[in-house]
Amino acid sequence: MELALQIASAVLVVMMLVFLYPTAKQWMTNGPKAKPGDWRSALIPLLLVTGFVALLVMLARS
Amino acid sequence: MNPNPYQNQTLTRSYEGTFATNKVLKNTYLLLSATLLFSGLTAALAMVLAVPVAAYTISLIVAMLLGMFVLPRTQDSAAGIGVVFLITGLMGFGLGPVIQLYLNMPNGAQTVALALGGTGVIFLGLSGYALASRRDFSFMGGFIFAGMMVMLVAVLANIFLQIPALQLAIAAGFILLMSGFILFQTSQMVHGGETNYISATYGLYLSIFNIFISLLQILGIFGSDE
Repeated sequence: MELALQIASAVLVVMMLVFLYPTAKQWMTNGPKAKPGDWRSALIPLLLVTGFVALLVMLARS
Repeated sequence: MNPNPYQNQTLTRSYEGTFATNKVLKNTYLLLSATLLFSGLTAALAMVLAVPVAAYTISLIVAMLLGMFVLPRTQDSAAGIGVVFLITGLMGFGLGPVIQLYLNMPNGAQTVALALGGTGVIFLGLSGYALASRRDFSFMGGFIFAGMMVMLVAVLANIFLQIPALQLAIAAGFILLMSGFILFQTSQMVHGGETNYISATYGLYLSIFNIFISLLQILGIFGSDE
């Protein structure tokens, strides 16, 4: 049963990769490029998320 | 005489664009709230019925197949709403036994509560930031979709390898990637790149689901004494 579920999950992930590939390729080749300051505006909230997860881990350990 | 005869036309188009954007945002958050509530109910049902943990994988497989093959064909009609409820209901049902598994662990209730609260704070914070700043995060599209491909390859490898450290890295990677996706998707709705509230809801629901399950894994690993 467990092996069957593992194989089914693997098949699903491969299907998702095939399904996602055209979208990923489209965004990577034709997607808008970042302007100066764009990445900073995205990285600040993502760093805050990282800090918040670290805080949750500390709370879970306490 | 008006020096710019196209000014009124431009204003009308701008108004229509803003109206359409607000409608997409409103419908997306309404449908997202309803689907989250519904998946909460199906998760509770699965816990009451004491469904085995294998239900998680089965529910997820069926939900993902529906998301890949049925939702794109129905998302422009009212049937799409039913399909998105079916998908999120199934995912919630699969989540039930996983939550029960964590609740049975020492400090399990605290882990589940922290993961749930943490997911809510991350989603609301990032959505609020994208909505309030009105920044265009569409430049992240290539990075996010390429990142998803890399994460899926890692998931595929770990289905068979079952390495705990890799599982932890995947969970951490998913939290960051899905956080980026929330910024990207919200900005797409604000700037008119996403006009279908059903597919927008599905995307945001998946990011919330992934953040919750990844937080559960991380907090479960670090919170246990073993």
